[in-house]
This record gives sequence, C-alpha cells and structure tokens, in this order.
Amino acid sequence: MSTTPPAKTTAPTSGQHDSRPVKIACRNVWKIFGRGADEYLRAYANPGHDDLTNAGFVGAVRAASIEVRRGEIFVIMGLSGSGKSTLVRCLSRLIEPTSGEVLFDGHDLLKATERELIDIRRHKMGMVFQHFALLPHLTVLGNVAFPLEIQGVGRAAREQRAREIIELVGLKGRELYFPRQLSGGQQQRVGIARSLAVEPELWFLDEPFSALDPLIRREMQDEFMRLQNVLHKTIVFITHDFDEAIRLADHIAIMKDGEIIQIGTPEELVMQPATDYVREFTREVHQAKVVTARALMRPTSTGASHAGRVPANARVHSFAADIVGADAPFAVTSDDGTVLGEVCREDVIGVLAGRRARS
Amino acid sequence: MTAATTNPETAPSPTAWRLAWFAALALSVGLYLLADRLPWARPYPKDWQVPFIGWIGAAAQWSIAVFFDFTRAISAVLRAPIEFSISALGRGFAIDNGETTISLTPLSWVGIIAAVTIVCHRYGGARLALLGGLCFLFIAVTGQWESAMRTLALIVNCVPLGIVGGLFLGIVGYKWPRLNRAVIVPAMDLGQAVPAFAYLVPMLMLFGNNPVSAMLATLIYATPPMVRNTTLALSLVEDEIKDFGHMVGCTRRQHLWRIMVPSARQQLMVGVNQVINAALNMVIVASMIGAGGLGYDVLLALRSLKVGAAIEAGMAMVALAIVLDRLSQAMAAHNPAMLVPGRAFWARHPHFLAAGAVLAITSLLSPLLPALSTVPETMTVTAAPLLDSFVRAVVIASYDIIDAIKVFFQVYALKPFRNFLLTLPWPIVLGLVSMAGWRLGGLRLALLVAGLTLFCMVTGLWEKSVWTIYLVGISTIISCLIGVPLGVWSARNETANRVLTVVVDMLQTFPLFVYLIPAVMLLGVGDVAAMLGIVLYALTPAIRYTNEGIRQVPAALVEAAVAAGCTRGQILWRVQFPLALPVIMLGINQVVMFALAMDIIAAMIGTRDLGQEIFKALSKADPGLGIVAGLAVAAIGMVVDRLLRAWSENVRRRYGLA
Repeated sequence: MSTTPPAKTTAPTSGQHDSRPVKIACRNVWKIFGRGADEYLRAYANPGHDDLTNAGFVGAVRAASIEVRRGEIFVIMGLSGSGKSTLVRCLSRLIEPTSGEVLFDGHDLLKATERELIDIRRHKMGMVFQHFALLPHLTVLGNVAFPLEIQGVGRAAREQRAREIIELVGLKGRELYFPRQLSGGQQQRVGIARSLAVEPELWFLDEPFSALDPLIRREMQDEFMRLQNVLHKTIVFITHDFDEAIRLADHIAIMKDGEIIQIGTPEELVMQPATDYVREFTREVHQAKVVTARALMRPTSTGASHAGRVPANARVHSFAADIVGADAPFAVTSDDGTVLGEVCREDVIGVLAGRRARS
Repeated sequence: MTAATTNPETAPSPTAWRLAWFAALALSVGLYLLADRLPWARPYPKDWQVPFIGWIGAAAQWSIAVFFDFTRAISAVLRAPIEFSISALGRGFAIDNGETTISLTPLSWVGIIAAVTIVCHRYGGARLALLGGLCFLFIAVTGQWESAMRTLALIVNCVPLGIVGGLFLGIVGYKWPRLNRAVIVPAMDLGQAVPAFAYLVPMLMLFGNNPVSAMLATLIYATPPMVRNTTLALSLVEDEIKDFGHMVGCTRRQHLWRIMVPSARQQLMVGVNQVINAALNMVIVASMIGAGGLGYDVLLALRSLKVGAAIEAGMAMVALAIVLDRLSQAMAAHNPAMLVPGRAFWARHPHFLAAGAVLAITSLLSPLLPALSTVPETMTVTAAPLLDSFVRAVVIASYDIIDAIKVFFQVYALKPFRNFLLTLPWPIVLGLVSMAGWRLGGLRLALLVAGLTLFCMVTGLWEKSVWTIYLVGISTIISCLIGVPLGVWSARNETANRVLTVVVDMLQTFPLFVYLIPAVMLLGVGDVAAMLGIVLYALTPAIRYTNEGIRQVPAALVEAAVAAGCTRGQILWRVQFPLALPVIMLGINQVVMFALAMDIIAAMIGTRDLGQEIFKALSKADPGLGIVAGLAVAAIGMVVDRLLRAWSENVRRRYGLA
C-alpha cells in the first residue's frame, strides 16, 4: 500500500553516462581451466557451470561481457571463487582468456603483441593488489619509483615524481622505510601510490582494502574517493563486500560461479534485483544509501516553492535530514543547475522507513 | 580422503593386501629355510652378473684418453685463481724470475682476523664478532693457520661458482618445469646420493691430483642445494608479486632479475648458506685428491692414529665451519629497518672500508714486521702431545668398560644382524622391496625400487651392499632409538629445546671427518667404531624432525585433546605422535641418508662394505669400481628415500594434511 506513486514510468538506466566513451570492455569472455578447454568450448557453445564441472573443467569466467566508461568506477562484486579476480586478470591479460574479446580503447587487447602489451601496461594501466605486492627489498621510495625505473626514467625525475605521489597518499616522511616497517594501511597506500606513479588511464584495484581492519578499510575508502575526485581515473574495482561496492560504485557487476548475473547502478541492484541471489545481498542494504534524488523525483508542480536544491544523483541519506525538517519539497537539479523536478518529504520518509519505493 | 591414496581399479583392497603380505612372508620364510638346497638363491650367482664395472671402467679410460688435453687445459685455467687465493691467504707468493725468486708475503694473518671480526660485527653484533675473532685466533694460535687458509681459499673459489651455477640451473628448472622434473632434479639427486668419494676417482684421473679436481668435486656436491633452493624460492614468490611485475610492463629479463630474484632473496640465502656448509664439508673430503688443508691434516693424523693431532685439526675445522655458517646466516637474516641515506658504497658500508683498510695496512707492513705475515712460532701452542696422553690415559683407565660395551655390541647386535642379512637369499629382498614399492606408490615405484635393487645385485657388489645395509641399518635404528625420544622431549620441554637446538645446530656444522675422531679415539678401528661415528652424525635429523613434527601439530587439536580430558601421555600418543608421524618418517629418511654418507667416510677406519670398495678404487685409480660402487650406494639410498617418502605422503594424504 505504497502512497508514493512512481516518479518515473521507466526504470532508471545508465543512460546519463552514454556520452562518455568506453574505456575497456569485454565481450563474451570465457576462461576455462583444464587441459583441452579450447576444444571443449568450440564443441559445446555455451556450457553451464555443472556441465563444465562434470567434464573435469573449472569454468572460472563464463560468457562475461562488461563495458566500463571513461571516468567511472566499475565494481565487480562476488564471493570468493566467483571468478571476479580471474575476470579482472583477463581484462588486463594477466590471464589469457579461453575465448572472447577484450577491447581497450576500442583495440583488441588479446591481439596485442608482447611488446605492445608491455607498452600499454607501462603507460596506461595501473593495478593495486589485495596483499599489496610490495617488493620487499626496496624502500617506499624505491617501490613507488619502480614502474618508472622499469621504463627507463632517470633517477632524479622518477624520484621526484615518486615523492610527489607519496605526499599525495599521505606518507611523506616514510620514503626510506622498507615495507615491512609499515602497517597494513600504510602498505596499501604505498601500493596505491606505486600504481599511480605512471599516471595510468585505467586503474585496476583487486580487493585493495579486503586485507585491512574494518576501521582502516573505512578510512581508506574515504581516502580513495578523495583521490578519485582529484584524479578522475577509469576504475575497475574488485570486492567481495557489497557495502563497499555500493559505497564506491557507479556500476556494479555481480558474479556467481563465473557468470555475471546482473550489471547495474547500486540503486538498480537494490530496487530491482535480477535474481534471489542478488536480493540476498541487497536485503540488508539501507535504501537511503543507494536511492538517488532522481529516482524519487516528481514533475514540478507549477508555482510550488522549494525549500532547497539537490543534485539528481545525490543519494537520499545525504539530504534526508534537511528535507525531513523542511516544510516544502526540494528542487532536483542536473549538473548544470537546471531544475528537473522535485522531491517530496513523504517519499524520503518512505525510503527511510524501508518501504520499497517502487515495486 | 583415503580414496585418493589407492586407485580402486588397479590396486587390490586392504584385505587382499593383507593376504598378499602373508603369502609373501610365508614364501620368504620357506625360501630362507630351503636356501641351502637352492644354490642360486644364496649368494647371488656369478653367472648372472653383468660386468658393469669393466664396461664403465673402459668407458672412463677411453674418455680420459680422449679428453685428457681438454680437461688438463681446464685444469690449468682454473688453477690460476685457486693458486692465487691460496698464496694470498696463507702461503705467500713465490715469483720465479729466471735466476732469482722474488717472494711476497701473504695477506697478514692479523689483518685477516681483524677483517673477519669487523665484518662479523657488522652483521651479528658484538657476539658474532667475538665468536669470529676468537675462532680465527684459535686457528692461528694452534699453528694451523696455513692449512686453514688453504681450505678457506678453496671455499672462497668454490662458493661463488656454486652460487652462480646453482642460481642459473635453478632458474632454468623453474622456467621449464618438465626439464626440471626429467633432468635437473634426478641429476641433483644423483649428485648428492652418490657418495663424494666415488666421483673423486674420475675427477682425479681427468684433472690430476691438485686443488682443481678437489674444487670441481666440491662443486658437484655443493651446487645441488643452491639449485633446489633457487627453484623453490622462485616458486614461492607470491602470485600477486608476479602479476605486479607484468602489470608494470617488465620485459622478461626485467621480470626475472628485478622482480623474481630479489623477492626470493630470503630463500636464496638459505641456499647460499647450504652451499657454504656443503663446500666446507666436501673440501675436507677432497683433501684426498690434492686439496690439502685441514682435511689432509686430519686424514694423516687418523691414518697414523695420532689422536691428539687429529683432534686439533678437527677443532680448527669446526672453528672455521662455525664462523662461515654463522656469518652467512647473519648476512641472510640481515634486514635493515630503513635505508641509510647517501649514495656512495663506502659511505653506506663503513665496515667494509675499515676491514679493507686494516687488511691493507697490516699486509703492507708485514714485509717489515715478519710477525705480521706469518704466525710467529713462539705464539703457537700445540696441545697434541697433551691430548694424546690424556686420551691414552682415558682409554687405558676405561678400557674394561669400553671393551665390554664394544664386545656386547659386537656379539649381541652387530653380528647376529649381519649374519641374518648375509644369509638372506636375494630373491626375498628383491620381492619384499618390490611389494612395498607397489603397495606405497603403485607399479611405477615398484619397478623403480626393484630396478635399483637389482642393480646392486647384478653388478656383483651385492655382498658389499649387504654389508653397507647392515651397518647403515643398525646405525639408523640406534640413531632413531636415541634421537626420536630426544626430539619428543625437546618438543615438550622448552629448556630441553633450547639446549638441544644449540647442540644440533652445532653438530650440523661439523664436517663429516670430525665424527671419526672420537670413534677412533675410544674404539680404535672396526665396525663398532664406524657405527659410533655414523650414529653421532646421523642423530641430528632424528631429533630435529621429531621436534618439528610434533610442534607442527595444530595447537587447536592439542587444545581439543586437553578439553576432552586427555592426560599428557594420551595427548602425545593419541594426538601428537600420529599426526607428526609423516614428518618423523622424513626425519628417519634423512637419518638413513646421513648414515649412508658417513658410512662411506667410515671406510677410512676399516669397514668391509661399499665404502671400502670405493676407497680401494681410489687408491688403485680404478674408475669403473669407484663409479659402480658409488652408484650402488646411491641406489640403496634412493630405494629407502622413495619408499619412505611415498609412505609419508600416503599418511599425510590419509590425514588430509597434503
């Protein structure tokens, strides 16, 4: 018995991002482990998880297709063994996919020669690892400067650049420490600094905060968002933590048993879970943290006064306290400030009360 | 989990196995009783032998004739750096200038001691500095400086070659796992399983009686641990670090040298330490083919039963071994918290500068001050005569007891066991070994162990092999009877653990030769003396592995047992011991390998087994006999090794630990 009529008749889509070019995409990527996987995949077009298991294979990634647009944070979420790490390693070609296409800036990465691949990785990609993967024999400075050193950048130039980034991640003064002297959070800051040293266009983060304590994780997530607001990288972020995913993501792909079962904005996943499996994850998620003003927006009633303004992509929890205390609706504005519609107090209260805003 | 151990389609069920074992035992007993009527059963018939010894001897003679110039050229090239370091460290230079001979003094002994002390201080603080300084001073004061420096010179030449060669082979093995499994690992196994004495003969013939053959023989023995550790170290590098290397766009070469090798440093240093220890051990054994040095002193002293001199040279060996081992360990463990800023090498390593300066100054002064160049005679003391009379006094005083023990062992342990083995018809041995192989590892293992056993038989060395099996077998049993309880004790008692760890570490650094000294001292020559030497040496792995095995049992399991109300005894026998058994079995495996190695050395004090054959081959320069006897020793070792490993694996898999 929802009192809130649907604000929009169509489901929210990622339409507002369409203008941005696709940075990296994969189409129908398969990764099957086991001898003779190639032939098997050619013989059976679309084997299921159980088919593969019965044939003695491990279907780590099955028919995965994603598109990541420039400047967005694309999160791949799944529990351990779901294939998310394998998928990201297919995207970076650390693992050779069994079949499929990986398009980086529109070029097929799988057709790149070893030399081209080295070049792309040196200048356009950066990666952060779950267990930091710092080189034990180098200092913080040496680690951060390492990617530049590999490229042959001179000592003075690379160390200057490394010092800048070390300062950016808040480790100034620790340049000459060895990694083992640092806490987990500090080590991951080094990992992040190192991956940024070459100013990559595409940034892979493989469960970067999973090995950290909850409080530190939270702090690092904030730090990460602060960095992203400055840097605007295209990001592929892996996590097994759904809360982390909805906190950071523009888009989330949920994986299970090697298969992507749903791709959408956090809001879409929470409001319209594709399967019971996704619903299971979203059940405990507070809607106010994912529902945006756009989703609650109604057409502006003529002559109404507005008590405030919120951007269309603001999430409810960010303005809930203000609007609940106000006596008039808030105007919903686009990026350039034009008023798109309005959002009412009742709808916000409905979201806060946990009512599903839409069926 | 049990399903994985035996394949139900090819292997009989447990009941069938029990029946098969019963039948085999019955058959064996029958054959044993009937052996007198079956002339082919005992001993192994001469007509069925294959003249491997002759063939290999001929092949060796042929290749020596063909490659003689080539090998002597290598010998000449390698000789230069070795002779140079021998001269520099202790002997001094004598440059022949036509009519006159210009002699130069070696590096000053005072300078060397000071430099060692400074370097020790850098890596191990005051304690290691004290140890290093005192050990080297001890060598100087007991008048063994030149011998010790000769030994050290060979090590200084061997170790870098062993490290570089081992690193290279290990990298090849890591990059091409198939090649590794098919060629490198078996070759390494063989290099370590064949007793070092056995390849002294061909080395001697190819390269001559000089330090070069000694060095090459040492390399064969000392490189395998580096190869193994390199392959292991590289495979232990975390996947994420490898991925990182690829993601920053390393070329293959950069990936290997900038990512893999430095990340594997810790484990590689374990290999370096093992190379140093193995090199020291082998340089001493190789004293028989021209290495000279401390090993030769011990050898001479033992041959003429001068126990006092042997003890002195042995102690110098131990001193050298301890310093090298502890220093390389300290270097491996050296992990600075922060990099000291500053770029120049000398500025970052003032200790090297200091050590170099002391060495240079003292050496430059030594032509003026002879006391600096060679240890002055007035400074040296020898305790050898004193030790001799002391030992004589002890032996005379306790002769009755020692003799009683000796006779007791002879009559009640060694002789019955030996007679039993010697009268055992060979088909029984072959059959039981093959069956054990089949049970533990299937047909492949059965064929392997049967083939190796058969090799010992068809070469005509079966009787000698049985002598080896007897001496090694009884020493293994005694070592385990002493070592396993000590290991259990040290696993359950921290004080015992601390003391035993120190003792075991110490014993492991002793060169093999050293163990013969107390044996000869107390028991003279013969099987009982050999057994004592073997037990002393082979004891350490039994203690170590038992201790480690029990300590590796998950604490949660022990807590669960405590919570269930087990007594201490029950915890040990019901929980810890069964779970530690696979590790303990590996320890026993090591005991056997140690015992085999020592058994060959013990040939020097009069045994009648394969070791003696090798020894004979060495003195007769008979490469065929030497190599075949060496391979027979390796075959025995490999049979035991493969069977015990397979057994340990099976148990681990059954417990779900693998």
